[in-house]
Amino acid sequence: MPLIEIKNLTKKFDDFTAVDDLSLEINEGEIFGLLGPNGAGKTTTLSMLATLLPPTSGNAVINGFDVAKHPTQVRRSIGFVFQDPSSDDLLTGRENLYLHALMYGVKDSEIDKKIDEGLKLVDLTDKQNIRMRKYSGGMRRRLELARGFLHSPKILFLDEPTLGLDPQTRENLWEYIKRLSTENKITIILTTHYMEEADELCDRIAIIDHGKLVALDTPVNFKKSLGGDLVTIKTKKPDLPEIQKMDYVKHVQYKGDVLSLTVNDAGSHLQKILENVGEAENVELHSPTLQDVFLKLTGRQIREGSDEGEGGWMTRTMHSESR
Amino acid sequence: MLNINSELKGLYAIWYRELLVFMREPSRLIGAIIQPLLWLVIFGTGLGSIIEPGAVSGTNYQQFLFPGILVMTVLFGSLFFGLYIILDKRIDFLKEVLVAPLNKSTMFFGKALGGSTDGLLQIIILMILGAIFFGIHFSLLTIILTFVIIILLLIAVTSLGLAIGSIMESPEGFGLISSFVIFPLFFLSGALFPVTNLPTWLRVIVTINPVSYAVDALRSVILGITSYGLPLDFTVLIAFTVIMVMVGTWAFKRIKL
Ligand SMILES: Nc1ncnc2c1ncn2[C@@H]1O[C@H](COP(=O)(O)OP(=O)(O)OP(=O)(O)O)[C@@H](O)[C@H]1O
Ligand SMILES: [Mg+2]
Repeated sequence: MPLIEIKNLTKKFDDFTAVDDLSLEINEGEIFGLLGPNGAGKTTTLSMLATLLPPTSGNAVINGFDVAKHPTQVRRSIGFVFQDPSSDDLLTGRENLYLHALMYGVKDSEIDKKIDEGLKLVDLTDKQNIRMRKYSGGMRRRLELARGFLHSPKILFLDEPTLGLDPQTRENLWEYIKRLSTENKITIILTTHYMEEADELCDRIAIIDHGKLVALDTPVNFKKSLGGDLVTIKTKKPDLPEIQKMDYVKHVQYKGDVLSLTVNDAGSHLQKILENVGEAENVELHSPTLQDVFLKLTGRQIREGSDEGEGGWMTRTMHSESR
Repeated sequence: MLNINSELKGLYAIWYRELLVFMREPSRLIGAIIQPLLWLVIFGTGLGSIIEPGAVSGTNYQQFLFPGILVMTVLFGSLFFGLYIILDKRIDFLKEVLVAPLNKSTMFFGKALGGSTDGLLQIIILMILGAIFFGIHFSLLTIILTFVIIILLLIAVTSLGLAIGSIMESPEGFGLISSFVIFPLFFLSGALFPVTNLPTWLRVIVTINPVSYAVDALRSVILGITSYGLPLDFTVLIAFTVIMVMVGTWAFKRIKL
């Protein structure tokens, strides 16, 4: 039996439908991603699962408890890392964790131990007694992550866990999240609009848009559905006939100085290809990303007016030195 | 199903947070004390100078005013406390509390007790200043009874503030509604004047204002002057507190995020 069962869940704000007839099943131990652009209804969905918002219709059963009928039992099974800052600025990191431990029913004898462990996991031991007003965004996020699982919930909701963090902090957080999932067997539902994040962390991904489920699959299957990798090479004298002979090259186009190839598993064949293109000035390898999947499924970029210059995508540019 | 031990721990946590925050912002405490002191000194002296000694129930006006100023401190300080719930709504801290596996009444009561504790600290300081500078005499019994009255009023008014804070979405809206509530409650309570020789229309209004009974009770306990008698004062005050806690809990359970 799935640990979380969402059936026809719908939330309307006046006549605007934020979550539209969503049905999902999430299994124990999974890291499950809700991927969608701004306003897709991710936070609204999590809020209903966490009993913060009553559904307009449909229902959800979490750890065997219906969110509408047994909200307290549901809340006993979950932890939540909210999208917006949710710790008290005037208190220190440790104090915020302590209050959480008391409110979320950590046994008295375990409170100190759990707090120490949590702080250590997110590398904040030496900042624990500083007021959170003086924390950076990344430190705050890490503390809130530690807080979310301080009481060892069975299920953890992470709402945009790495929003606005620098790439390195983000990768560190990913490590923490993975460790949590493997070491503690916590079931995690996370929302994100970073494709790379969903790809890196999630066992399965639900793409939602306008409150509706658009697609549901594993990251690997999603990417497979798009065919091979795209290789773009800037070169003057490619050996086109030789390249066309290669059976892993699916599609060849040569225009101006630019050679575009669709290649199966480009990583392992790139060397061979490069040997036949002559003097290459610039080589780009683009593996299909969830971004492409999203574009194909919805006809839109995941974020309109993409302010996503933060190196999320899997485009690698290689400048060939002297070949 | 209701686990008393964890509810109590949750209650303590929510109360403790309010106390910690209060202690870390000395401006809150200082601001809350300066205002009533100014009233006592300026208003008390100014108005006192044109009131014949003994005209207000046989005490000097400043002393007469003192219980009213305690009530003022409670009213303005504790109602304002409801604003913090709106500030908690603006960040996700409120969600952190609301997702906790606690009864909603526990969360509400923790918050109300936190606000009441802040208020009580202010009142204690004012009582000490009153004893030193305004010649108010406190016996042990007076102190205990004053505390009981003040705590009931604190819980009532904090609950009212939290109710308004739960319903309103913006600090501006909160300010608007609370001034509509607070000024009549204060000015029509007999905090500033004796209620004995008022014209009928005003006396009727003062009589239906529950805060009048808190003022009267304090005046009775501290100065030995009463219009309604302590038993009636306490009956009304307790009823007022119970109703306000119920209203507050009701509003808090319906809080919109
Ligand atoms: N309390 C509310 N009242 C009215 N509309 C709301 C409310 N909360 C959310 N919405 C609307 O519902 C839609 C979904 O919001 P939601 O916060 O769930 O999106 P999201 O997927 O989490 O987006 P983001 O990536 O920006 O966090 C949005 O259009 C939003 O404006
Ligand atoms: Mg969101």
